[in-house]
Amino acid sequence: MIPAAFEYHRPQDMAGVLAVLEEHGDDARVMAGGHSLIPMMKLRMADVPHLIDLQDVGGLSDIAVDGASIRIGALVTQADIIDHQALAAAAPILREAALQIADPQVRYMGTVGGNVANGDPGNDMPGLMQCLDATFTLVGTGGERDVPARDFYEAAYMTAREDDEVLTAVTIPLPSGGYAYEKQKRKIGDYATAAAAVQITKSGGTCASAAIAMTNLSDTPIYSDAAGAALVGTTLDDAALKAAVAAMLNDIDPTEDNRGPIAFKKHVAGVILRRAIERAWSRA
Amino acid sequence: MSNKMHIKLNVNGKDEEFLAEPRELLIYTLRERLNITGPHIGCETSHCGACTVTIDGKSVKSCTMFVAQASGKAVTTIEGIGGPDALHPLQEAFKEHHGLQCGYCTPGMITRATKLLEEIPNPTEEEIRFGMAGNICRCTGYQNIVKSIQAAATEMNAAKEAAE
Repeated sequence: MIPAAFEYHRPQDMAGVLAVLEEHGDDARVMAGGHSLIPMMKLRMADVPHLIDLQDVGGLSDIAVDGASIRIGALVTQADIIDHQALAAAAPILREAALQIADPQVRYMGTVGGNVANGDPGNDMPGLMQCLDATFTLVGTGGERDVPARDFYEAAYMTAREDDEVLTAVTIPLPSGGYAYEKQKRKIGDYATAAAAVQITKSGGTCASAAIAMTNLSDTPIYSDAAGAALVGTTLDDAALKAAVAAMLNDIDPTEDNRGPIAFKKHVAGVILRRAIERAWSRA
Repeated sequence: MSNKMHIKLNVNGKDEEFLAEPRELLIYTLRERLNITGPHIGCETSHCGACTVTIDGKSVKSCTMFVAQASGKAVTTIEGIGGPDALHPLQEAFKEHHGLQCGYCTPGMITRATKLLEEIPNPTEEEIRFGMAGNICRCTGYQNIVKSIQAAATEMNAAKEAAE
Protein backbone atom coordinates (compact mmCIF):
# COMPACT_ATOMS: atom_id res chain seq x y z
CA MET A 1 0.00 0.00 0.00
CA ILE A 2 1.83 3.03 -1.27
CA PRO A 3 0.13 6.42 -1.26
CA ALA A 4 0.40 8.80 -4.19
CA ALA A 5 3.45 11.05 -4.10
CA PHE A 6 3.16 14.31 -2.21
CA GLU A 7 5.24 17.24 -1.18
CA TYR A 8 5.96 17.21 2.55
CA HIS A 9 5.92 20.40 4.58
CA ARG A 10 6.92 20.62 8.23
CA PRO A 11 6.54 24.32 9.14
CA GLN A 12 7.91 25.58 12.45
CA ASP A 13 5.00 27.89 13.25
CA MET A 14 1.37 28.62 12.38
CA ALA A 15 2.35 31.41 9.96
CA GLY A 16 4.26 28.81 7.98
CA VAL A 17 1.26 26.47 7.98
CA LEU A 18 -1.08 29.20 6.78
CA ALA A 19 1.36 30.25 4.05
CA VAL A 20 1.32 26.73 2.56
CA LEU A 21 -2.46 26.55 2.86
CA GLU A 22 -2.83 29.91 1.15
CA GLU A 23 -0.50 28.94 -1.67
CA HIS A 24 -2.00 25.52 -2.40
CA GLY A 25 -5.66 25.84 -1.35
CA ASP A 26 -7.48 22.53 -1.18
CA ASP A 27 -4.45 20.73 -2.63
CA ALA A 28 -2.97 21.05 0.87
CA ARG A 29 -4.06 19.24 4.03
CA VAL A 30 -2.80 19.57 7.57
CA MET A 31 -1.95 16.42 9.48
CA ALA A 32 -1.61 15.91 13.24
CA GLY A 33 -1.20 12.26 14.28
CA GLY A 34 -2.13 11.08 10.81
CA HIS A 35 -4.06 8.03 11.97
CA SER A 36 -7.15 8.97 9.97
CA LEU A 37 -5.44 10.65 7.03
CA ILE A 38 -2.56 8.23 6.38
CA PRO A 39 -4.82 5.15 6.04
CA MET A 40 -7.01 7.13 3.61
CA MET A 41 -3.91 8.18 1.63
CA LYS A 42 -2.66 4.58 1.54
CA LEU A 43 -6.01 3.48 0.13
CA ARG A 44 -5.75 6.41 -2.31
CA MET A 45 -9.13 7.60 -1.09
CA ALA A 46 -7.54 10.89 -0.05
CA ASP A 47 -5.47 12.82 -2.57
CA VAL A 48 -3.10 15.19 -0.79
CA PRO A 49 -0.54 16.81 -3.11
CA HIS A 50 0.78 18.96 -0.24
CA LEU A 51 0.92 17.42 3.21
CA ILE A 52 1.51 19.80 6.11
CA ASP A 53 2.81 18.04 9.22
CA LEU A 54 1.90 20.07 12.33
CA GLN A 55 4.30 18.29 14.71
CA ASP A 56 6.82 21.16 14.99
CA VAL A 57 4.23 23.92 15.46
CA GLY A 58 4.44 25.00 19.10
CA GLY A 59 1.63 25.80 21.48
CA LEU A 60 -0.79 23.14 20.27
CA SER A 61 -0.06 20.41 22.81
CA ASP A 62 -1.24 21.95 26.07
CA ILE A 63 -4.13 21.06 28.35
CA ALA A 64 -5.23 23.94 30.59
CA VAL A 65 -7.87 23.57 33.28
CA ASP A 66 -9.08 26.61 35.21
CA GLY A 67 -12.14 27.36 37.33
CA ALA A 68 -14.46 27.94 34.40
CA SER A 69 -13.20 26.05 31.39
CA ILE A 70 -10.85 23.53 29.85
CA ARG A 71 -8.69 24.30 26.84
CA ILE A 72 -7.20 21.43 24.87
CA GLY A 73 -4.67 22.09 22.11
CA ALA A 74 -5.26 20.40 18.78
CA LEU A 75 -2.15 18.20 19.06
CA VAL A 76 -3.10 16.76 22.46
CA THR A 77 -3.34 13.00 21.95
CA GLN A 78 -5.91 10.56 23.29
CA ALA A 79 -3.11 9.13 25.48
CA ASP A 80 -2.43 12.64 26.88
CA ILE A 81 -6.15 12.95 27.75
CA ILE A 82 -6.07 9.60 29.57
CA ASP A 83 -2.93 10.48 31.55
CA HIS A 84 -3.88 14.02 32.62
CA GLN A 85 -5.01 13.92 36.26
CA ALA A 86 -6.42 17.46 36.51
CA LEU A 87 -8.41 16.89 33.33
CA ALA A 88 -9.75 13.56 34.56
CA ALA A 89 -10.90 15.29 37.75
CA ALA A 90 -12.50 18.24 35.93
CA ALA A 91 -14.17 16.34 33.07
CA PRO A 92 -13.98 12.58 33.63
CA ILE A 93 -16.14 11.90 30.57
CA LEU A 94 -13.15 12.83 28.36
CA ARG A 95 -11.00 10.07 29.84
CA GLU A 96 -13.88 7.59 29.74
CA ALA A 97 -14.38 8.30 26.02
CA ALA A 98 -10.69 8.38 25.12
CA LEU A 99 -10.19 4.92 26.64
CA GLN A 100 -12.78 3.59 24.21
CA ILE A 101 -11.06 4.99 21.11
CA ALA A 102 -9.03 2.59 18.97
CA ASP A 103 -6.07 0.83 20.66
CA PRO A 104 -2.98 1.93 22.64
CA GLN A 105 -0.74 2.53 19.63
CA VAL A 106 -3.38 4.64 17.91
CA ARG A 107 -4.12 6.60 21.10
CA TYR A 108 -0.46 7.66 21.38
CA MET A 109 -0.70 9.24 17.92
CA GLY A 110 -4.35 10.17 17.44
CA THR A 111 -5.12 13.75 18.46
CA VAL A 112 -8.17 15.59 19.71
CA GLY A 113 -7.81 18.16 16.93
CA GLY A 114 -7.65 15.54 14.20
CA ASN A 115 -10.53 13.59 15.69
CA VAL A 116 -12.87 16.60 15.78
CA ALA A 117 -11.69 18.34 12.59
CA ASN A 118 -11.75 15.36 10.24
CA GLY A 119 -15.54 15.19 10.19
CA ASP A 120 -15.65 11.39 10.15
CA PRO A 121 -19.05 10.41 11.61
CA GLY A 122 -17.36 7.38 13.20
CA ASN A 123 -15.08 9.50 15.39
CA ASP A 124 -16.03 9.67 19.07
CA MET A 125 -14.82 13.16 20.03
CA PRO A 126 -17.26 15.17 17.86
CA GLY A 127 -20.37 13.83 19.61
CA LEU A 128 -18.65 14.14 22.96
CA MET A 129 -17.76 17.78 22.26
CA GLN A 130 -21.35 18.50 21.23
CA CYS A 131 -22.58 16.98 24.49
CA LEU A 132 -20.15 19.21 26.42
CA ASP A 133 -21.07 22.30 24.34
CA ALA A 134 -17.42 22.79 23.36
CA THR A 135 -16.14 25.51 21.06
CA PHE A 136 -13.57 24.95 18.32
CA THR A 137 -10.99 27.65 17.59
CA LEU A 138 -10.09 28.03 13.91
CA VAL A 139 -7.14 30.06 12.69
CA GLY A 140 -6.89 31.22 9.10
CA THR A 141 -5.20 33.89 7.04
CA GLY A 142 -8.12 36.16 7.90
CA GLY A 143 -7.65 35.71 11.66
CA GLU A 144 -9.14 33.60 14.40
CA ARG A 145 -12.76 32.59 15.04
CA ASP A 146 -14.68 30.28 17.33
CA VAL A 147 -17.36 27.85 16.17
CA PRO A 148 -19.60 25.89 18.57
CA ALA A 149 -19.21 22.11 18.17
CA ARG A 150 -22.98 21.91 17.81
CA ASP A 151 -22.79 24.06 14.64
CA PHE A 152 -19.56 22.64 13.19
CA TYR A 153 -20.64 19.46 11.38
CA GLU A 154 -22.45 19.74 8.03
CA ALA A 155 -22.13 16.27 6.48
CA ALA A 156 -19.61 13.41 6.45
CA TYR A 157 -16.15 15.04 6.21
CA MET A 158 -17.83 18.43 5.63
CA THR A 159 -17.46 20.97 8.41
CA ALA A 160 -17.62 24.72 9.02
CA ARG A 161 -13.82 24.84 8.70
CA GLU A 162 -12.66 26.61 5.52
CA ASP A 163 -9.88 25.11 3.39
CA ASP A 164 -7.41 27.75 4.56
CA GLU A 165 -8.21 27.33 8.25
CA VAL A 166 -6.61 25.14 10.92
CA LEU A 167 -8.42 23.93 14.03
CA THR A 168 -6.06 24.86 16.85
CA ALA A 169 -7.93 24.27 20.11
CA VAL A 170 -11.07 22.97 21.79
CA THR A 171 -12.56 24.91 24.71
CA ILE A 172 -15.04 23.22 27.03
CA PRO A 173 -17.09 24.92 29.76
CA LEU A 174 -16.37 23.04 33.00
CA PRO A 175 -18.99 20.26 33.13
CA SER A 176 -20.91 19.39 36.28
CA GLY A 177 -23.05 16.48 37.46
CA GLY A 178 -23.02 12.89 36.24
CA TYR A 179 -21.51 11.70 32.98
CA ALA A 180 -21.21 8.66 30.77
CA TYR A 181 -19.70 7.79 27.40
CA GLU A 182 -21.18 4.47 26.37
CA LYS A 183 -20.01 2.79 23.17
CA GLN A 184 -21.06 -0.41 21.46
CA LYS A 185 -18.43 -1.74 19.05
CA ARG A 186 -17.73 -5.09 17.43
CA LYS A 187 -14.16 -5.28 18.72
CA ILE A 188 -11.45 -3.09 20.21
CA GLY A 189 -10.30 -0.64 17.59
CA ASP A 190 -13.63 -0.53 15.80
CA TYR A 191 -15.78 2.51 15.30
CA ALA A 192 -19.06 2.59 17.20
CA THR A 193 -22.13 0.69 16.08
CA ALA A 194 -23.72 3.25 18.37
CA ALA A 195 -22.31 5.52 21.07
CA ALA A 196 -23.86 8.03 23.43
CA ALA A 197 -22.38 10.94 25.40
CA VAL A 198 -24.50 12.03 28.35
CA GLN A 199 -23.95 14.76 30.95
CA ILE A 200 -26.71 15.20 33.58
CA THR A 201 -27.23 17.45 36.60
CA LYS A 202 -29.55 16.65 39.48
CA SER A 203 -31.43 19.03 41.77
CA GLY A 204 -33.31 17.49 44.67
CA GLY A 205 -34.47 14.21 43.19
CA THR A 206 -35.11 15.49 39.71
CA CYS A 207 -33.07 16.09 36.61
CA ALA A 208 -32.08 19.76 36.28
CA SER A 209 -30.31 19.55 32.91
CA ALA A 210 -29.31 16.90 30.41
CA ALA A 211 -27.09 17.02 27.32
CA ILE A 212 -27.16 14.05 24.95
CA ALA A 213 -25.17 13.43 21.76
CA MET A 214 -24.90 10.31 19.60
CA THR A 215 -22.01 8.98 17.49
CA ASN A 216 -22.00 7.17 14.12
CA LEU A 217 -25.77 7.14 13.70
CA SER A 218 -26.00 9.82 10.99
CA ASP A 219 -23.55 11.44 8.60
CA THR A 220 -22.71 13.87 11.41
CA PRO A 221 -22.69 13.52 15.19
CA ILE A 222 -26.20 14.20 16.52
CA TYR A 223 -26.82 16.51 19.44
CA SER A 224 -30.38 15.65 20.49
CA ASP A 225 -31.87 18.63 22.25
CA ALA A 226 -35.23 16.83 22.44
CA ALA A 227 -33.77 13.77 24.14
CA GLY A 228 -32.20 15.92 26.84
CA ALA A 229 -35.39 17.95 27.26
CA ALA A 230 -37.38 14.73 27.78
CA LEU A 231 -35.37 14.09 30.96
CA VAL A 232 -35.43 17.57 32.52
CA GLY A 233 -37.85 17.89 35.44
CA THR A 234 -38.35 14.12 35.73
CA THR A 235 -37.03 11.63 38.27
CA LEU A 236 -35.68 9.59 35.35
CA ASP A 237 -38.39 7.00 35.72
CA ASP A 238 -39.04 4.48 32.98
CA ALA A 239 -41.44 6.80 31.14
CA ALA A 240 -38.81 9.55 31.00
CA LEU A 241 -36.14 7.17 29.71
CA LYS A 242 -38.52 5.87 27.03
CA ALA A 243 -39.36 9.44 26.00
CA ALA A 244 -35.67 10.37 25.77
CA VAL A 245 -34.88 7.28 23.66
CA ALA A 246 -37.87 7.98 21.38
CA ALA A 247 -36.77 11.60 20.94
CA MET A 248 -33.20 10.51 20.13
CA LEU A 249 -34.41 7.90 17.61
CA ASN A 250 -36.37 10.66 15.91
CA ASP A 251 -33.19 12.73 15.49
CA ILE A 252 -30.77 10.09 14.16
CA ASP A 253 -30.64 8.78 10.60
CA PRO A 254 -28.45 5.66 10.46
CA THR A 255 -27.61 3.86 7.24
CA GLU A 256 -27.10 0.15 6.66
CA ASP A 257 -23.49 -0.99 6.48
CA ASN A 258 -21.29 -3.84 7.75
CA ARG A 259 -22.24 -2.92 11.32
CA GLY A 260 -25.83 -3.91 10.62
CA PRO A 261 -29.16 -2.91 9.11
CA ILE A 262 -30.98 0.26 10.12
CA ALA A 263 -33.41 -1.46 12.49
CA PHE A 264 -30.51 -3.06 14.37
CA LYS A 265 -28.63 0.23 14.68
CA LYS A 266 -31.72 1.94 16.06
CA HIS A 267 -32.17 -0.89 18.54
CA VAL A 268 -28.54 -0.62 19.67
CA ALA A 269 -28.77 3.19 19.84
CA GLY A 270 -31.74 2.86 22.22
CA VAL A 271 -30.00 0.33 24.45
CA ILE A 272 -26.77 2.35 24.56
CA LEU A 273 -28.51 5.64 25.33
CA ARG A 274 -30.52 4.05 28.13
CA ARG A 275 -27.35 2.61 29.65
CA ALA A 276 -25.54 5.93 29.31
CA ILE A 277 -28.36 7.88 30.96
CA GLU A 278 -28.62 5.40 33.82
CA ARG A 279 -24.87 5.46 34.43
CA ALA A 280 -24.70 9.27 34.24
CA TRP A 281 -27.66 9.56 36.66
CA SER A 282 -26.03 7.20 39.13
CA ARG A 283 -22.98 9.51 39.15
CA ALA A 284 -24.97 12.77 39.30
CA MET B 1 6.46 15.78 -6.76
CA SER B 2 8.76 12.83 -6.42
CA ASN B 3 11.41 15.00 -4.81
CA LYS B 4 13.47 13.01 -2.38
CA MET B 5 14.09 14.34 1.08
CA HIS B 6 17.13 14.19 3.24
CA ILE B 7 16.13 11.92 6.15
CA LYS B 8 17.98 11.45 9.45
CA LEU B 9 16.99 8.63 11.78
CA ASN B 10 18.54 7.03 14.80
CA VAL B 11 17.60 3.36 14.78
CA ASN B 12 18.54 1.25 17.78
CA GLY B 13 21.27 3.73 18.67
CA LYS B 14 22.76 3.96 15.19
CA ASP B 15 22.51 7.15 13.10
CA GLU B 16 21.22 6.68 9.57
CA GLU B 17 21.09 9.26 6.79
CA PHE B 18 19.64 8.77 3.35
CA LEU B 19 17.44 10.27 0.65
CA ALA B 20 13.86 9.03 0.46
CA GLU B 21 10.51 10.04 -0.87
CA PRO B 22 8.43 11.44 1.99
CA ARG B 23 5.62 8.97 1.22
CA GLU B 24 7.80 5.99 2.12
CA LEU B 25 6.21 4.25 5.10
CA LEU B 26 8.54 3.78 8.06
CA ILE B 27 8.05 -0.02 8.07
CA TYR B 28 9.47 -0.18 4.52
CA THR B 29 12.37 2.07 5.48
CA LEU B 30 13.25 -0.26 8.32
CA ARG B 31 12.80 -3.53 6.47
CA GLU B 32 13.90 -2.80 2.92
CA ARG B 33 16.25 0.15 3.19
CA LEU B 34 17.94 -0.57 6.52
CA ASN B 35 17.49 -4.36 6.50
CA ILE B 36 15.99 -4.31 10.00
CA THR B 37 13.46 -7.09 9.55
CA GLY B 38 12.26 -7.60 13.11
CA PRO B 39 9.18 -5.38 12.69
CA HIS B 40 6.80 -7.32 10.44
CA ILE B 41 4.12 -6.35 7.97
CA GLY B 42 0.93 -8.12 9.01
CA CYS B 43 -2.10 -6.19 7.83
CA GLU B 44 -0.57 -2.92 6.63
CA THR B 45 -3.81 -1.22 7.67
CA SER B 46 -3.00 -0.03 11.23
CA HIS B 47 -4.80 -2.93 12.88
CA CYS B 48 -2.51 -5.84 13.69
CA GLY B 49 0.48 -4.25 15.48
CA ALA B 50 3.11 -6.58 13.96
CA CYS B 51 5.02 -3.48 12.78
CA THR B 52 5.10 -1.84 16.24
CA VAL B 53 8.24 0.15 17.07
CA THR B 54 9.01 2.67 19.81
CA ILE B 55 9.42 6.35 18.92
CA ASP B 56 9.75 9.14 21.50
CA GLY B 57 8.56 6.77 24.23
CA LYS B 58 5.43 5.78 22.34
CA SER B 59 4.45 2.49 20.75
CA VAL B 60 3.84 3.29 17.09
CA LYS B 61 2.55 1.23 14.19
CA SER B 62 5.30 1.89 11.68
CA CYS B 63 2.97 1.15 8.74
CA THR B 64 1.07 4.30 9.70
CA MET B 65 3.94 6.78 9.75
CA PHE B 66 5.70 8.36 6.79
CA VAL B 67 9.48 8.32 6.97
CA ALA B 68 9.31 12.12 6.65
CA GLN B 69 7.39 12.33 9.94
CA ALA B 70 9.97 10.15 11.69
CA SER B 71 12.93 12.19 10.45
CA GLY B 72 15.01 13.48 13.35
CA LYS B 73 13.67 10.90 15.77
CA ALA B 74 15.02 7.84 17.56
CA VAL B 75 13.38 4.53 16.66
CA THR B 76 13.69 1.32 18.67
CA THR B 77 12.78 -2.03 17.12
CA ILE B 78 12.88 -5.53 18.59
CA GLU B 79 16.55 -5.69 17.52
CA GLY B 80 17.25 -2.83 19.94
CA ILE B 81 15.47 -4.54 22.82
CA GLY B 82 17.45 -7.76 22.96
CA GLY B 83 19.13 -10.39 20.81
CA PRO B 84 20.23 -14.03 20.84
CA ASP B 85 23.26 -13.24 23.02
CA ALA B 86 21.34 -11.23 25.59
CA LEU B 87 17.60 -11.79 25.62
CA HIS B 88 15.37 -9.19 27.25
CA PRO B 89 13.33 -10.63 30.16
CA LEU B 90 10.24 -10.38 27.95
CA GLN B 91 11.93 -12.43 25.25
CA GLU B 92 13.00 -15.01 27.84
CA ALA B 93 9.47 -15.15 29.23
CA PHE B 94 7.82 -15.55 25.80
CA LYS B 95 10.24 -18.45 25.15
CA GLU B 96 9.69 -20.01 28.56
CA HIS B 97 5.88 -19.69 28.63
CA HIS B 98 5.16 -20.46 24.97
CA GLY B 99 3.97 -16.91 24.31
CA LEU B 100 4.14 -17.62 20.60
CA GLN B 101 3.40 -20.29 18.06
CA CYS B 102 4.21 -19.11 14.54
CA GLY B 103 6.04 -16.08 15.94
CA TYR B 104 4.96 -13.60 13.30
CA CYS B 105 3.31 -11.18 15.75
CA THR B 106 5.98 -11.63 18.43
CA PRO B 107 8.36 -8.75 17.62
CA GLY B 108 5.46 -6.30 17.72
CA MET B 109 4.04 -7.94 20.85
CA ILE B 110 7.31 -7.71 22.76
CA THR B 111 8.09 -4.19 21.55
CA ARG B 112 4.65 -3.04 22.73
CA ALA B 113 4.99 -4.98 25.99
CA THR B 114 8.25 -3.17 26.87
CA LYS B 115 6.33 0.13 26.87
CA LEU B 116 3.39 -1.38 28.75
CA LEU B 117 5.68 -2.55 31.55
CA GLU B 118 7.38 0.85 31.70
CA GLU B 119 3.99 2.46 32.21
CA ILE B 120 2.51 -0.23 34.44
CA PRO B 121 5.35 -2.25 36.03
CA ASN B 122 3.01 -4.69 37.75
CA PRO B 123 -0.06 -5.05 35.53
CA THR B 124 -3.15 -7.11 36.20
CA GLU B 125 -4.36 -9.55 33.56
CA GLU B 126 -7.03 -7.02 32.57
CA GLU B 127 -4.44 -4.24 32.22
CA ILE B 128 -2.27 -6.49 30.05
CA ARG B 129 -5.17 -7.44 27.78
CA PHE B 130 -6.24 -3.79 27.47
CA GLY B 131 -2.68 -2.52 27.02
CA MET B 132 -1.91 -5.12 24.36
CA ALA B 133 -5.18 -4.62 22.46
CA GLY B 134 -3.39 -3.08 19.49
CA ASN B 135 -1.51 -6.31 18.77
CA ILE B 136 -3.27 -9.25 17.18
CA CYS B 137 -2.15 -12.88 17.45
CA ARG B 138 -3.94 -15.53 15.39
CA CYS B 139 -2.27 -18.56 16.98
CA THR B 140 -2.07 -18.48 20.73
CA GLY B 141 -5.47 -17.30 21.91
CA TYR B 142 -3.46 -14.78 23.98
CA GLN B 143 -3.47 -16.85 27.18
CA ASN B 144 0.25 -17.57 27.05
CA ILE B 145 1.06 -14.05 25.91
CA VAL B 146 -0.58 -12.73 29.08
CA LYS B 147 1.30 -15.32 31.15
CA SER B 148 4.60 -14.38 29.50
CA ILE B 149 4.14 -10.67 30.19
CA GLN B 150 3.15 -11.37 33.80
CA ALA B 151 6.22 -13.58 34.25
CA ALA B 152 8.50 -10.93 32.71
CA ALA B 153 7.00 -8.27 34.98
CA THR B 154 7.69 -10.40 38.05
CA GLU B 155 11.24 -11.07 36.87
CA MET B 156 11.94 -7.42 36.05
CA ASN B 157 10.49 -6.17 39.35
CA ALA B 158 12.57 -8.68 41.30
CA ALA B 159 15.72 -7.64 39.43
CA LYS B 160 14.92 -3.98 40.13
CA GLU B 161 14.41 -4.66 43.82
CA ALA B 162 17.64 -6.64 44.02
CA ALA B 163 19.48 -3.73 42.44
CA GLU B 164 18.12 -1.26 45.00
